[in-house]
Amino acid sequence: MEELEQTYDDILKAERKDRRRLVTILQDVQRKYGYISKEAMLATAHFLGITPGAVYGVATFYNQFRFIPPGKNDVKVCMGTACHLAGGKLVLEAMSRELDLEVGSVSTDREFSLERVACIGCCALAPVVEINDTVYPRMTPPKVEEVLVTIKPPVAGPEGEEQVADG
Amino acid sequence: MAEKDKALQALQDKARSEWEALYRSDIPHILIGTATCGRAAGAMAVVDAFKAELARRKAKANLSEVGCVGLCSLEPLVTIIKPDSFTVCYNNVDPSKVPTLVEGYIEGDDPCLDLAIGTVEGGGGDAVSIPELERFEHEHRILLRNCGYNNPREIGHYLASGGYGSLARALSMSPEDILDEVEKSGLRGRGGAGFPTGTKWRICRQEKSKTKYVICNADEGDPGAFMDRVVLESDPQQLLEGMVIAGYAVGAGEGYIYIRSEYPLAVEILRIAIGQARANKLLGKDILGTGFNFDIEIIEGAGAFVCGEETALIASLEGKRGMPQPRPPFPAVSGLWNEPTAIDNVKTFVYIPLILEHGADWFAGIGTKGSKGTAVFALAGSTIYTGLAEVEMGTTLQELIYDIGGGIKADRNFKGVQIGGPSGGCLPESMLQTPVDFDSLKKAGAIMGSGGIITMDEGNCMVDTAKFMIDFNQKESCGKCTHCRIGTAQMLDILERITTGRGKIGDIDLLVELGEDIKLGSLCGLGRTAPNPVLTTIRYFRDEYEAHILEKRCPALVCKDLIAYYILPQKCQKGCDHCVLSCPVEAISTDEKGLKIIDQSKCSKCGNCEAICPPEYDAVTRLSPVDLVPVAGPAQKAQPKEGKE
Repeated sequence: MEELEQTYDDILKAERKDRRRLVTILQDVQRKYGYISKEAMLATAHFLGITPGAVYGVATFYNQFRFIPPGKNDVKVCMGTACHLAGGKLVLEAMSRELDLEVGSVSTDREFSLERVACIGCCALAPVVEINDTVYPRMTPPKVEEVLVTIKPPVAGPEGEEQVADG
Repeated sequence: MAEKDKALQALQDKARSEWEALYRSDIPHILIGTATCGRAAGAMAVVDAFKAELARRKAKANLSEVGCVGLCSLEPLVTIIKPDSFTVCYNNVDPSKVPTLVEGYIEGDDPCLDLAIGTVEGGGGDAVSIPELERFEHEHRILLRNCGYNNPREIGHYLASGGYGSLARALSMSPEDILDEVEKSGLRGRGGAGFPTGTKWRICRQEKSKTKYVICNADEGDPGAFMDRVVLESDPQQLLEGMVIAGYAVGAGEGYIYIRSEYPLAVEILRIAIGQARANKLLGKDILGTGFNFDIEIIEGAGAFVCGEETALIASLEGKRGMPQPRPPFPAVSGLWNEPTAIDNVKTFVYIPLILEHGADWFAGIGTKGSKGTAVFALAGSTIYTGLAEVEMGTTLQELIYDIGGGIKADRNFKGVQIGGPSGGCLPESMLQTPVDFDSLKKAGAIMGSGGIITMDEGNCMVDTAKFMIDFNQKESCGKCTHCRIGTAQMLDILERITTGRGKIGDIDLLVELGEDIKLGSLCGLGRTAPNPVLTTIRYFRDEYEAHILEKRCPALVCKDLIAYYILPQKCQKGCDHCVLSCPVEAISTDEKGLKIIDQSKCSKCGNCEAICPPEYDAVTRLSPVDLVPVAGPAQKAQPKEGKE
């Protein structure tokens, strides 16, 4: 167990052995590794002197934490109220179709992950998609393909008109 | 003059001369709004384009990145202040317009008014004067006064306009005097529930405990509300000043800002702001040399809507699952780590320096009898101008939507307005005269919530909207109370049934009964308000529910299972293949006359064909109920009317 803790030393060393720091520690782990592994949860539990179950219980409560490594390109489709009313659902479906990915999953080649998020506060530009921290405003289902082409050019296939999103 | 006043005076004087050197310089000053919504619209590319163009032409100008004025639909916004000429504000700027602006107004004397909304100061002949625009007659900006004008990364910009003057004033008052002043102002918490702030703080003050805390709730989780983000990204120092004063008034030495991690830019700007405030002895140990200590730490939330509820937020701060606790005891008595805690929304703290600066009577003179001051609303949805508006409490929805928001987008009609986020309510046109204040909205079935106003037109289905809100509330329910946990799931099930054409007679009454039960049987604000969107849409838009259940028809043509896409033969241009190529399931074919026909059995209703059909043809329409689609073949008689528009 000590060995395991050492793996996460750079994060844990700077922390107090205080369960109040649990959420912050988990955030730091996710910031560094992109997700929270079973090992990270075990190490955190050991470090704080609480049960792995307590760590798991807190980690799974919050939407922010994920337990599988994200794809290289992290696609977030906003499904806040304004985006929903402006047709965000069709955009989400188009994204899922184009990437051939279920919402909330990662592609087998780890190139893409797709998730729906509640609101990123860009309601005036709804519906929006956020890919790798870039926000694409006023999306439509056909625009999904155009945006994806700029991120990962198709290996082969018909010549599509490549357009850069307004953003 | 006391020591602390001298110290502040020195800070302000220095800041003022620096501010004047920048804003009253003899070279032009370019302000670019780079808050989150500006960035989403491409503001950073505009910043780069200005830098490159200035360098290329060796033109001299200062450039500042500022926050957001709240005119989101006009982003990216650029303001050019020019010595001895007028200040012009340009909307929807993209890099291609930058060379024109630099050549025209930075180097030359052409203000390029064709690219501008208008002038901000200094006249400008025929140009529109922005401060005289009609919407600003209806607005009353006190919280947002500096947003989009000052650089949020420079504490000096806040100090130059008299910032932290209220802190110095507060430190020479007794805590009781401050509490009196806050109480007299009538300020009510801006988190949504509207509890009187002065009362809350007095309870906290009176608790006999050595350790007390101040928490700022910046967990703005309501989808559709983004005013706290704008305040944090545009003018963060006013929040810090308010929190220090709160700390002094209740007797706390530590403060926390609990902010949602979905706002990375706001977190970054807050960190800078806290660092600068500490460096200037306005935060931390021995504030302004008075011996008073108060420091602030930022804690990022981890994405749970329920943590906007104060007891759940406190549980989250303690490293636990963010589940609400029964009240009493209220946090003011026993909050963070069981110590007395003053927990308030961002805007509540921001009003405090203003109240101390202008006096409680000034604040109490704004707004209505029961709701004092201003309210900041985020306008989104179908209004022409989306963004922020700060108005006096008691302004009507009509004014907000039509006079400030510019009304509904072209070719559309107003249908309803959702106020207060997913736990608020949907109000119809007949309620547009409702004044927005805590009590009037509650009477109408909605809540003030955090102040999101989402306007809907006839293209939005109220049943689908209610389902969306319940889905959100059900996902965000922490699961503690049975009624909220299971009841919202049941409501979602019923709504799912209705929107897919399997609704039963009696479902509406069942929803109402269930909704009332959930309200009664839940502990916290989430559960107690979760059924609101369903209850209000049933109250005001019952006919839409009935159409879904009885006729299997979605009047707004939204619910997928109740609509069909159809290509109008009289409108189809026949020569183009846009729809055929865009269809992901190859459901569209071309007949012998070139007409495109959708095979309804294959159609996945993705909406591609409708979005891609060139607007000059506009041949794809939606029909509901689905049996309106004419059966193919010679028997085709009745031409359906267009469902849309």
